[in-house]
Amino acid sequence: MDKMPKWADVVLIPLISLLLAAILSALVILAIGENPAEAVNLMVTGALGSTYGWGYTLYYATNFMFTGLAVAVAFHARMFNIGGEGQAMLGGLGVAIVCLYVDWPHWSIALLAACAASMMFGAAWAAIPAYLQAKRGSHIVITTIMFNFIAAAFLNYMLVNVMRPEGSMDPATARFSETVHLPTLHELLAPIGINFSKAAPANISLLVAILACFVVWALIWRTRLGYEIRSYGKTETGAVYAGISPVRITIVAMLISGALAGLMAINNVMGEAERLVLNSTEGAGFIGIAVALMGRSHPFGVFLAAILFGFLYQGGAELALWTSIPRELIVVIQALVILFTGALDNMVRTPLEKLFLSLRKGSA
Amino acid sequence: MDFLTLIQIFDSTIRLATPLLLACLAGLYSERAGIFDIGLEGKMLMAAFFSAAIAAVSGSVWLGLLAGIASSLLLSGLHGLASITFRGNQLISGVAINFLAAGMTVLVAQDWFQQGGRTPSLFGGGRFPPIKWPFADALSDVPVIGPIYSELLSGHSILVYVALLAVPATWWVLYRTRFGLRLRAVGENPAAVDTAGVSVVGLRYAAVAICGVLCGIAGAYLATALQAGFVKDMTAGRGFIALAALIFAKWRPWQAMGACLLFGLLQAVALRFQNIDLGGVTIPVQVMDALPYVLTVVILAGFVGKAIPPRAGGEPYVKER
Repeated sequence: MDKMPKWADVVLIPLISLLLAAILSALVILAIGENPAEAVNLMVTGALGSTYGWGYTLYYATNFMFTGLAVAVAFHARMFNIGGEGQAMLGGLGVAIVCLYVDWPHWSIALLAACAASMMFGAAWAAIPAYLQAKRGSHIVITTIMFNFIAAAFLNYMLVNVMRPEGSMDPATARFSETVHLPTLHELLAPIGINFSKAAPANISLLVAILACFVVWALIWRTRLGYEIRSYGKTETGAVYAGISPVRITIVAMLISGALAGLMAINNVMGEAERLVLNSTEGAGFIGIAVALMGRSHPFGVFLAAILFGFLYQGGAELALWTSIPRELIVVIQALVILFTGALDNMVRTPLEKLFLSLRKGSA
Repeated sequence: MDFLTLIQIFDSTIRLATPLLLACLAGLYSERAGIFDIGLEGKMLMAAFFSAAIAAVSGSVWLGLLAGIASSLLLSGLHGLASITFRGNQLISGVAINFLAAGMTVLVAQDWFQQGGRTPSLFGGGRFPPIKWPFADALSDVPVIGPIYSELLSGHSILVYVALLAVPATWWVLYRTRFGLRLRAVGENPAAVDTAGVSVVGLRYAAVAICGVLCGIAGAYLATALQAGFVKDMTAGRGFIALAALIFAKWRPWQAMGACLLFGLLQAVALRFQNIDLGGVTIPVQVMDALPYVLTVVILAGFVGKAIPPRAGGEPYVKER
């Protein structure tokens, strides 16, 4: 009873939505008196034309892979986790505690510990909204929004009143020690003879993110838990009939989601800043929503969409540098992508379904 | 703390609660009709920019107000299109609207004024002036009543009084008119409304439009009365505090006013005192920032009286299956 082939659903609809978003963005650029073709050109050379540009693109993409996966896992259980931002902030706190207060012999052990801590902190921050949704029926969207603000206030308190080094005015922790410095792509690629830019922040977290994509894929499509999450997301009553506990799935899916969002901190806190600063997440938690929608909640889709948004982010920064187009253009593009791939999905889907239906009738 | 300080804090409570109250009532209309709206923040921000921009260019704050309402209505229309006509996800649409506003305002501000995403400062006719009540000066020396009358009640801009009057008006519309009955019904059981021969789509668009107008006034108040001009991200989460207040008030108008005044008071206290000393225990300012959200979560959790949203909220209405 499929109205249209699967490839159209998976590839065609996101591409049309992206095209619509791109056309509208081009109109916006035109309206503020700049040349869209030139802007695209600048973005491509700035983000993909050098290893420096690639280094930034991949750095941003790493963040978005984690947050995109986080939103995607919750989507599979039919939950909308807007709290990625707060969970990632708390993940940052976990990383900072691990890196500041423990003396690590080697970065690799520190990375493992930081992964564990960030996932734990992120999951813990998702746990209360998850519990309230599962047990008390409090809408997860509202509670996770509230928890974003609570996280921001909490982090502000921790950085200003507790973790700020003596005598420093800056609301940030001290720098992490040299031993927990994560190898950048430059350091990773130099031994095999590739000269990658030294200044770019992309680091080994990228590999962790790709690994996370595989793990999430295996979890969702190759394990019993993943099956339970998907069937709960598809039909709750059916899942309950099959003996799947809604409370358990809601909580477990949100914990995984929160852990993935928290894990982002190994990239932005440990890999890039090497200390915890205010607003270290820079909205990456929200971009995860666009990435998950664009990637159709599939880890490979999330991977591609994250790189696309990494490109947009780095390209947007270059645009702001060389033209009078401010960085906020990216926010507009992000909004349009969310709008077309998420909210206005039926606007694209319905005509397309009709088209495929009439094509089928014609051939039959 | 002396009496005058108290009056000043309550005075700024009213100022700070006004945008919350307007946005909260806006959300009330929309959500009572079954359309969840987490795009209050974006609509306010858009209206704040366009009201300030038009007021700066034309020199007339009233034209600014109209422009603010129009821009907010435009976003409301988009939300309606996505969530009513195309039956999309209302929450995702709201998120998109917030980002659209955050990006577009700075983009257009930079293009029009080249001041790093802000509008020029407003002065004279570009702002809503405070309205002095009769005899405010004469009565100000009378003990107790004087400061209350001349400081607390008098001397606000007209939009503050509009917001306060919108509360009984909303109560009356919701509970004493046919439109209000239908509006509430469409949020609880749209099929029943449809069976009665009333257009679900029409009612929901009407609710979303009212929401747009009120958000527009809220945004205009921020940029042309509370402050003098638009700055990037000037709503600073107020749309979400309004949403929190709406839940706190359990979607009822008078309680919404109470919740907004409470949250306004928290903001006013946080603004005036950095850290509060309560007999040895210091309450850091961040607690004040987080308190509205914490209170809302507690209310949502249902430990102190459960907040139950309109039953059909968030569900697109499909006429026939």
